[in-house]
Parts: sequence; structure tokens; C-alpha cells
Amino acid sequence: MKKNWRSSALFAYALAILAFLYLPLLILTLYSFNNSRINAVWAGFTFDWYLALLHNRRVIEALTNSLVIATISTIISTVLGTMAALALNRYKFKYKAVINGLLYLPILIPEIVMGLSLLVLFSQASVPLGKSTLILAHITFCLSFVIITVNARLEGMHKDLEQAASDLYATPWQTFRYITLPLALPGIVAGALIAFTLSIDDFIISFFVAGPNSTTLPLYVYAMVKRGISPEINALSTVLMFTTISLIVIAQVLQPQHSTAKKKTE
Amino acid sequence: MKNGKILVAPAMLWLSLFFAIPMFIVVAVSFASRTPYGQVIFNFTLANYQRFLEPLYIRIFIDTVFTAFVTTVITFAMGYPLAYCITKLPHKWQQPGLILVMIPFWINFLIRSYAWVIILRSQGLINTLLLNLGWISQPLALLYNDYAVMLGMVYALLPFMVLPIYVSIEQLDARLLEAASDLGAMPFTAFRKITFPLTLPGVAAGSILVFISALGMFVVPDVMGGAKSALIGNLIQNQFLSARDWPFGSALSIVLAILALVLIVLYYKAIQKQEGGGRNEEKLA
Repeated sequence: MKKNWRSSALFAYALAILAFLYLPLLILTLYSFNNSRINAVWAGFTFDWYLALLHNRRVIEALTNSLVIATISTIISTVLGTMAALALNRYKFKYKAVINGLLYLPILIPEIVMGLSLLVLFSQASVPLGKSTLILAHITFCLSFVIITVNARLEGMHKDLEQAASDLYATPWQTFRYITLPLALPGIVAGALIAFTLSIDDFIISFFVAGPNSTTLPLYVYAMVKRGISPEINALSTVLMFTTISLIVIAQVLQPQHSTAKKKTE
Repeated sequence: MKNGKILVAPAMLWLSLFFAIPMFIVVAVSFASRTPYGQVIFNFTLANYQRFLEPLYIRIFIDTVFTAFVTTVITFAMGYPLAYCITKLPHKWQQPGLILVMIPFWINFLIRSYAWVIILRSQGLINTLLLNLGWISQPLALLYNDYAVMLGMVYALLPFMVLPIYVSIEQLDARLLEAASDLGAMPFTAFRKITFPLTLPGVAAGSILVFISALGMFVVPDVMGGAKSALIGNLIQNQFLSARDWPFGSALSIVLAILALVLIVLYYKAIQKQEGGGRNEEKLA
């Protein structure tokens, strides 16, 4: 009896924390449909703020910038990252410490430090800030995540099929094309989705390396938030939020269930 | 082997060029000085690090460490029970439960802080509600103070605490708990003497993640904090974007990065020690 009481209290506490996590997001979403410009009181349902976004030239420009930058960064970081993950999974390298440092430090170092270090680099090299510097920066912070995600998939793969292929006289290219690549594909797609999400979502690093004509969506949201509350920001934030959520859910579905898979084999 | 080098080289070159080299330049700039117009001049000086020791900056540093510490403690108090509950769910609900906790983590800090602005500002949800109920006659100043910053930090960083703790509880050997209950331990005693001590590495990992992220945070204080709630992240941002004192900003960010890396190294040392200890115990058993 006592035990039951304790565990119900615990679950109630956990539910309250989940509510704490989700209520603000829910309220933001609701307000994006609220038919009132200044009031916190519900004044009826409207799509006006979303329509206003579509007619806002600066929002469309920021959206285009975000999509172009995310697409290019995703393609380049996925290709470079997948190549590196394949090699790291297959071969032993000298200077393992240097490779691991280059791989993990970009994730461990505070983002603000990475952002300003790129700003210093571009300014010392006299590269004007703009879309190209944003793309270079985004590829840099996506790369480690792609390598780690693809590597996790490769480590979960059995090597027997590749062995069988080469026993059956497949050339290394054929083995790669017909065995390794299809098996690694979910990991590569998950890596690409994570890269795309990180890029679309990035504020801190972009904040340092963006130029006057390369505002991305998060940078635009920031500028609006600094100016004050408006229903358009609610709508724009809601759009960004749900884009992120869908991308992450897809990436999760594609990723191998690492811990549970391991448990079953033990 | 040759293939391997060709495959891995582009990514490593990229990271050297756009991660390692910029870091070295920042180190160099932190020992440089500047012209009145903000131009960096490379003449070796320790002045930027000495300036950090001025009372004003020490104050900001202490405030930052304090805020990060309180954030860590609160996220632990919220995160541990949450992680524990997820491990107690039926197996097929665990993954969805975890995803539910992790989703907010992927949503932009900026948007999540902004959501709180809507709720807490003087014409926001809470104040409007309380005014309409007649409980208050003046809007409360809920936003733009240090408490709002801490709330925002806890909100932003909670998922960082939950994930590592969840992993450590999930990996716990269930036989130990069975043994404890066979030997007559009450569930709470078993938790206190077995589950909690054995999941401390997860707590340490979560705390490090939260603490380091809180140290470098500038979005939350920027959006939710008042004029006096500047943390070291805001100070760095200021040196680079308004004050144009890059050498000082670089010195500050080197201090921040070193602090973060020292904590991570200490954590790995502690974990290795514990794993070593665990193995010895197994041998004895």
C-alpha cells in the first residue's frame, strides 16, 4: 500500500515536469492562432498571422536563406561525414587522439566560442560575412554529428554480408555499392536529417558569422523578439518548432535502437 | 589503409581548417591588443587576462558560475525522478517517453525562451489571469530578473540532465535490486543504497552537460534577463559585437573553453576510476 502511494506520487511529479516542458510550447502555439494583436486574452481563432508571414518579404527571404544554407551544408557535411565514418569504422589510424580531438571537441566546446572563433578566422582572412561564411560554419558544426551518427549505424552492422560478397568475388566497389551502402543508408539519412535540423535551427554560431544580407529564420526571430512581442513571431516560431519536431521524429524512427538491440543479443 | 586515409582526410582537413585553426587564432588574439578603432594588433600582452581579474568581471564570473550551479541542482531535482519514471514504464513505452523528453531539447533556445516571455511579461498570460481574477491590482514583474533567467536556463537544459541519468538507470543490473529485496531491504532503502549510488556516473554526466551549457549561455539572459543579469556569455557577445574589443572577448572565451574542457576531463578521469574500481569488485566476487 505504502509502495503504491509512493510510486503514484512519483509519477504525478514526472507528469508535472512533462507539463512544465510542454505547456509553454503549447501556449505559444495557441497564441499563434489568437485573433488579437496585443492581448493575452483569447479573442477567437485566426490564420491571419500565418498568412501575414507569407506576405512578409523579409520572412520569405530569411526562409529562402535558411533552406539554401541548410541544403548545401547538409549535402557537403553528409558526404564528407559518411566518407570519414566509413574509414574510421574500417581502418585503424595513427594519431587516434588527434582524430578524436578534431571529431569531439567541436561538440564539447561551448557554441559561442566556436561562433566567435569563426568570426575571427573570417575577419583575419578578410572573407566578407554572408551566406558563404554561414555555409562554411554550418558544415563545420554538422560534420561531427554526421560522423558520429553514421558510425553508430556502421558499428551496429554485421560484417558477414560484406565478407560473403567478397567471398563471392564482388569487387570492393560492388560490395560497397550493393551491400555496405544500402545497409548504412538509414544511418546516413538520419545523419543528414540531424545536419539539416541543426543548420535550420542554429542561432548562436550564425549570429557571429552572418552578414547584412544573409539573415536566416532564427536570426530574424531574434531580431523580432528583441523588438517586442508580436503575433507574427508566434506564428513563425510555431512553424519552426513543428518543422524541427517532424524532422527529429523521422530521424529517430530511422536510427537503430542501439541500447535495446544490444540488450537482446546479450 | 590508403583508401582509409583518402576517405577520412577531407573531413579532418575541414575540421582543422574551420575548427582547430580558428581556435589557435583566438588564443593568439587573446594575447594581442587593439587600436581605438577595434583593429587587432599582435603584440604579446597579458593585459586581457589581467583585466578579467577586475572586480566587475570577477562579479560577472561568480554570477555565471552561481547561476550555472543552481541550474544544475534544479535540473537534477527535476530530471532524476523523471528519468527514473521513464525506466519504470512498460518496455514499449520507454522509447516514446524518452523522445517526449528530448523533443523540446531540439527546439531552438530562442523560441523556448520566447515562449516564457509570452507567459511572464507584464501583459502576459499569468499577469492577465491574476488581474482578471482580481488577485493583484498591478502586474507582477515576473520577467527581466535573475529568477526568470534561472527558470529559462532550467527549462532549456533539463533534457540534458534526463538523458544520461536515464541511460545509467536503464543499464543498472536488476539482479542487484532482487538481491537487496531478497535480503529484506525495503524498496526505498534499495534505491538509496543501490540504485542511486550506481547511477551517480549518469548524474555526473548530466550535471557536466547542464553546467557547461549554462556557463556559455547568452540567449536566455539576453531574452529573459534584465539589465543586470548579464552572464559571461553576454559579456563575450558584447566584446565581439558592440564593444569591438576582440582581444578581451577572446581571453574571456578561452577562459570559458578551458573551464568546460577541464570539467569534461575531470569527469572522464572519475568515470575511468570508477569503472576500474567496479572491475576489481567483480574480481573479488
